[in-house]
Amino acid sequence: MKYRHIKKWILLAAIILSGIVSHFSGGINSYYLQIIIFIGINITLAVGLNLINGYTGQFSLGHAGFMAIGAYVAAYLSTEHSAGLFRALGGPNFFSITLLFISVLIAGGLAAAAAGLIVGVPSLRLKGDYLAIVTLGFGEIIRVLIQNTDAVGGPRGYSGIANYTTLFWTYSVAAITIYVVVSLIDSTYGRGFLTVRDDEVASEAVGISTTRYKVTAFVLGAFFAGVAGGLYAHSTTYINPSGFDFQRSIEIVVMVILGGMGSTAGVAFAAILLTLLLEYLRFVSGYQWLPEIIRRIAANRVIIYSLVLIALMLLRPQGLFGRLPRRGIPIGGATKRAKLPAHSA
Amino acid sequence: MTSTEFFQQLINGLSLGAFYALIALGYTMVYGVLRFINFAHGDVFMIGAFCGYYLSPRLLPHFTGGLTPLGPVAVLILTMLICALLGVTIEKLAYRPLRQRPKLTVLITAIGVSLFLEYGGQFVFGADPKSFPELMPDRAIAGTGALTITTTQLAAFIVTICLLVALTFIVKRTRLGMAMRALSNNPTAAALMGVNIDVVISFTFALGSALAGAGGILYALSYPSIDPLMGLLPGIKAFVAAVLGGIGNIPGAAVGGIILGVVETFVGGSAFSTYRDAIAFSLLIVILLFRPAGIFGRAHSEKV
Repeated sequence: MKYRHIKKWILLAAIILSGIVSHFSGGINSYYLQIIIFIGINITLAVGLNLINGYTGQFSLGHAGFMAIGAYVAAYLSTEHSAGLFRALGGPNFFSITLLFISVLIAGGLAAAAAGLIVGVPSLRLKGDYLAIVTLGFGEIIRVLIQNTDAVGGPRGYSGIANYTTLFWTYSVAAITIYVVVSLIDSTYGRGFLTVRDDEVASEAVGISTTRYKVTAFVLGAFFAGVAGGLYAHSTTYINPSGFDFQRSIEIVVMVILGGMGSTAGVAFAAILLTLLLEYLRFVSGYQWLPEIIRRIAANRVIIYSLVLIALMLLRPQGLFGRLPRRGIPIGGATKRAKLPAHSA
Repeated sequence: MTSTEFFQQLINGLSLGAFYALIALGYTMVYGVLRFINFAHGDVFMIGAFCGYYLSPRLLPHFTGGLTPLGPVAVLILTMLICALLGVTIEKLAYRPLRQRPKLTVLITAIGVSLFLEYGGQFVFGADPKSFPELMPDRAIAGTGALTITTTQLAAFIVTICLLVALTFIVKRTRLGMAMRALSNNPTAAALMGVNIDVVISFTFALGSALAGAGGILYALSYPSIDPLMGLLPGIKAFVAAVLGGIGNIPGAAVGGIILGVVETFVGGSAFSTYRDAIAFSLLIVILLFRPAGIFGRAHSEKV
C-alpha cells in the first residue's frame, strides 16, 4: 500500500474513532469533556498556524483575529438564521442540526479565509518583524470592529449560542486539518512552501511565485482558524471580543514554537501538552499547602509562556521536535574544497 | 468644529504625539544599529511610569522650600537611569547571546521579554491600576484665552524638546554618536575601523530606554492611572510612528510621533471615537503599502 493511501486510512480511522468515543462520551465528567474539546480546538489552531509560521516561514501574530471571525460568523448564522432551515427540514432533528452545524462551520471558515486573503495580499510584501507587527495590528483591528458591531453584542459579547460542538466534530476537524496540512506539504506543489521558507530569493529565481505560496498559506491557515473558532463558539455558548485578544494569539504561537516550527506532530503534541499544563496549573494555584509565591506564579499563565519562549529561544530554538534548518554552503566554500585530499593532483 | 476646538485638539494631539515620539526614538535607534524591533520597548516605558510611582513619595519630601521644582526633575533623572540600566540588562541577557541567530529567533525572544515584563510587573506591582502621584500642580495656564494648556502638557513639551536636543547632540557631536551612525551604516566596516560593537549597542539600548522611561513619567502625569499592561498599546503605536517617519531615522521618529498623536486625537474627538485604537494600525498598513521606507526613509534594494 502506498504511503499516501495510508494517510487516508488513518484519517478515516481517526474520524470513526472520534465518532465512537463521542457516542460514549455521555459518561465523561463535563469539565473533563470541555478540556478534551479545547485540546482538539487548539490542535486545529496550532497546526493551521504552523502552516504559516512553520512551513512557510512567515511570522503571524494575529491568529486569534481569524478565530474570532470564524466564531462570530458561525455563531451569528446558527443563532439568527437557523429558523428557516429547521422549518424546511421538520424542526431541529439530528439531520437538520448536522447540516446546519457543518454549513455554519464552513461559512465561518470561509469568512476567516476571506479575511486571510485581505490581510495576506497586502502584508505579505513585508518580511519578518514587519509582518509580525502588521498581523498583530490586523488582529486588533478585527477585535475593534467586532466590539463596534451591535448585531453581535459589541463589547458585551454574544450569548445564547446553541451547544452543538461534540467530541466527534472537534476531533474530526483536527484530523482533517492535520491530514490536509501533511498531504499538502508532502505534495510536489507543497514543497514550494518549504522553499519560500528556506530561501525566498532562490525560490523566485527558479520560478516559484513566493507571494502566491504565502497567500495560500495565509488563506488556508485562516480557514482552519475560522472553523476552530466556530467549534469554540458552539462549545462555550458565549463569546466576547476580549477572548480573542493578543494573548490568545500568543498562546497559539507558543504552541507552534514549543512543538517545533515545521513539525506537525510536534505542534499537535505541544497543543495537547500546553492545554493540559495550563489546566493543571489552575489546580496548583489552589493547593493551600504550597508557598504563596508558587501559587501566584501558577495562577499567572502568561509569565510561564514568556519564560518558555525565552528559554526555548536561548537553549533550543528549533522547539521540542523541530529540526534546525540545513545550512547552505558557506560563501567561503571554495577554501573547503581546497582542503580535500589532493589525490587528483 | 470651531477654530478654538480645532486648536484645542491640536494642542492635545501634540502632547500625545510627544509621548509617542519619545518611545519611537528608542525603537528607531535600536532598529538602526541592530535591524530588529525591540518588542519589549513599550514595557520599559511602563517600568518608567512605575519608577516614578515608587520614587516620588521617597524623593519629593527631600526637596523643600526653594528646591521644590527640582523634585520632579530628580525623579525624572533617576527614572531615566534605572530604565537605561534595565535596557542594557535586557540586551545583555536576552538579545546578545542570539546576535548571530536568525532574526525570527530574536523577535520571538523579544516578545517573550515583553510578556515577562508585563506579567512579571502584574506579579510584582499588582494587576490593579494605580493612581500616579501629582509631581506638580496640574492646572490651566492663565492668559491663554479660550484655549487651555495645562502645566503637565507644557512640561511634556519642554522635556521632550530638551531630550530631543540632547539626543541630537549626542548622535551628531560625540564619538559614541558617530560610532552609532557608523554601525547603522555598515556594521562590518564599523568593526574593522575599530568601533567596539558591544559597547555601542549597549549605549544605544541605554539611550533608547532612558527616553522611554522619561516618556513613561510624562505619560503618567497626563493620564495618571498606571497598570503593568499600559505599555503594550502606546508601545505598538510608537512603533507605527517610527515606521511612519522612516525606521532608523531619528528626526523621522519624532515627526512620526507627532503626526500619529494629532491624527489619533482628531479621530478620538470625532464620531468615530470608538475606532480610535484601530487608527494607528490602519495608518501602518497604508504606509507600508505605499511608502514602506516612511516619510524620511530611503528605499533600500536588497542585495543577494
